[in-house]
Amino acid sequence: METYSRRWFLGAGTTALVSAAGLTACGSGGPGDSDGTLTAFVYGDDAAKVQAKAVSRFNDSAAARKAKGRVRLEKVPGAEYPAKLRTAMGSPNAPDVFFNWGGGSIRAYQEAGQVLDLTGTIAADPVLKNGFLPSVLASGALGGRAYGIPMRGMQPVILFYNRTLFAEHGLKPPATWDQLLDNNARLKKAGITPFALGGADIWPELMWLEYLVDRIGGPKVFDRIKNGDTAGWGDPAVLEAARTVRELVDGGAFGKGFSSVAYTNGGAPAALAKGKAAMHLMGSWEYSTQLGKFPDFARKHLGWCPFPEFEGGAGDIRNVVGNPTNYWSVNTRTGNKDAALAFLRTCASEQYARELIANGDVPATANADKLLDASPDPEFARFQYRMVREAPAFTLSWDQAVDPDAATPMLTEVNKLFVGKSSPERFVAALKELK
Amino acid sequence: MRPARGAGRPHPSWALPAVLFFGLFALVPMVLAFGLSFTTWNGLGEPRPAGLANWHALLTDGRLTRSLTVTVALTAVSCAFQTTTALLLGVWAAGPQRNRAVLSAVFFVPFLLSSTAVSLLFYALLDPNFGIVPGDTLGTTSGAFLALVFVGGWQFIPFHTLIYQGGARQIPEVLYQAAAIDGAGRLRRFRSITLPQLRNTAATSGVLMVVGSLTYFETVLILTQGGPGTDTAILPYLMYESGFKAYDFGYASAIATFLVVAATALSLLLVRVTGFGAMRSTREGM
Repeated sequence: METYSRRWFLGAGTTALVSAAGLTACGSGGPGDSDGTLTAFVYGDDAAKVQAKAVSRFNDSAAARKAKGRVRLEKVPGAEYPAKLRTAMGSPNAPDVFFNWGGGSIRAYQEAGQVLDLTGTIAADPVLKNGFLPSVLASGALGGRAYGIPMRGMQPVILFYNRTLFAEHGLKPPATWDQLLDNNARLKKAGITPFALGGADIWPELMWLEYLVDRIGGPKVFDRIKNGDTAGWGDPAVLEAARTVRELVDGGAFGKGFSSVAYTNGGAPAALAKGKAAMHLMGSWEYSTQLGKFPDFARKHLGWCPFPEFEGGAGDIRNVVGNPTNYWSVNTRTGNKDAALAFLRTCASEQYARELIANGDVPATANADKLLDASPDPEFARFQYRMVREAPAFTLSWDQAVDPDAATPMLTEVNKLFVGKSSPERFVAALKELK
Repeated sequence: MRPARGAGRPHPSWALPAVLFFGLFALVPMVLAFGLSFTTWNGLGEPRPAGLANWHALLTDGRLTRSLTVTVALTAVSCAFQTTTALLLGVWAAGPQRNRAVLSAVFFVPFLLSSTAVSLLFYALLDPNFGIVPGDTLGTTSGAFLALVFVGGWQFIPFHTLIYQGGARQIPEVLYQAAAIDGAGRLRRFRSITLPQLRNTAATSGVLMVVGSLTYFETVLILTQGGPGTDTAILPYLMYESGFKAYDFGYASAIATFLVVAATALSLLLVRVTGFGAMRSTREGM
């Protein structure tokens, strides 16, 4: 027995070591297996089923045979997608094609020479060039060079409200800041929290600052910051936006416990759906969230409108903030560039747009307008499509637009401002210190 | 006949797999992390040498001090809460009655759940609109801190209770009988027999608790994300945030190195102070 166990242990140990060494050795060839299979990393939420369908259709297509490539889709689950992508891209098992948010989310990859410049490819290819809304295509670019192809729905931030509750209290969706404050006062008197806010996640708090800075100072304020000029945080619009936030918080616009409420676990959407809060500033995905969790509320009571105008502010009420969409980018080290580009072209197809629409998304494709009737809620889809198409400016979410190493301390400062651990003046001073 | 020296002991080669695994998966990464702490690396491309910049930043930018204060406070309060509760529960559970066995088994259940599941559960319970605790628990500094202490305790007290239960069962019954004859009351017996007899048990449990608190992470990640502001950003969370959110792997490695050194020093100190290392028996003179 003794000999047996000793051998067994040593054997098991050796096997494990050999296989660990083997794993390392296998991966040393860079992305792409020898048989031409491409790996595509996608954010693994419910919407990934649209990409899964596109992949299997591509693998059976003539284009795939011609390029001698197949795509293997890897759904990376959870909010840790950026961290997992970063680790994978630094390793020998890097994906050939990867999902991203454009802007600052890929700047580090671009600087490291790991993301393929698609500018020439797009210019030479009418399918890609004319397939997407120009403003959305432009948001995937860095310094005028294109690095991404739009592959998911558009995600503008919208002011959602409870229609029934508004009707009961004789309220109208606010078109100006004064109307918003007036709504607040009347809702509070009725014992209803004016706004649901998932403050525990911090990024829902950020949406308020994004819109306020846009409405007060116009899109150029953040544009300057995004392009690396941190002195831009000193713009008076940022300070006024921060003061406005403090007034809202102090006035109880978000209720007392907002920083214990999360968006991700459904706390904030539930507050809206159950009538505890009357409005909710959130990305367009709020609609699918409500449809999934409270279908009855989503169909009968959910209303939406643009973020109101700020009296005397420089920003157009048609300006939008949020995520224009998500993008596929290509790893420069891919073994089969032709196949990767052929796969990217499928995103411009009508079939792909139809599948996105059936999933409740509004695609950024130029042909989407006439397909929107097939959406689960054509009224909402058309509102959203028009909102983005007609927007004079579409500001990318700040945490995606700036570098990740600046985004983390920025979110901490936003959180401090909301919970009252910082004043508007200190908030501005801290942001100016960011790298 | 005396047995030969070392008889019955396994050959040193038995330790080989463990040593190899420890070397490959603990020592090598530790050395690599130490090396990384002298570089600037965003996870892409090659790390660039940065000299002492990360260490200089770590020691001067105030984040380490803030984080260390939170870590020490959390460790101290957690240990006090967990030790008191686990000691009382453990001694009680060491008793003979049948219902105690059943209840002890029930008490043990939280320990079987993953930290993530426990944190998500309490996250839902602490929701101001739909949870059982009204108000903004996680949005205030003291609320968030106490929530972390409570959730950590809820999960780990069962484990320490088990250790104390085992320790208390080992105490010879004769000691209590003798004390009872001398007229010692319940409280006196607890103070003069149970507590001193549980000395080694407390040391074991204490070291595990302190080292566990230093690596306490998932609960902070899920419940507070270091918030409000940075008020619950303990060291492991600061390390995670610097590495996997801000992609400043050099700075994160410096924190990791600091954490390894601090935890090792602390557990050595604890072992020495409690006299645990000497393995002094609690049966001396019996």
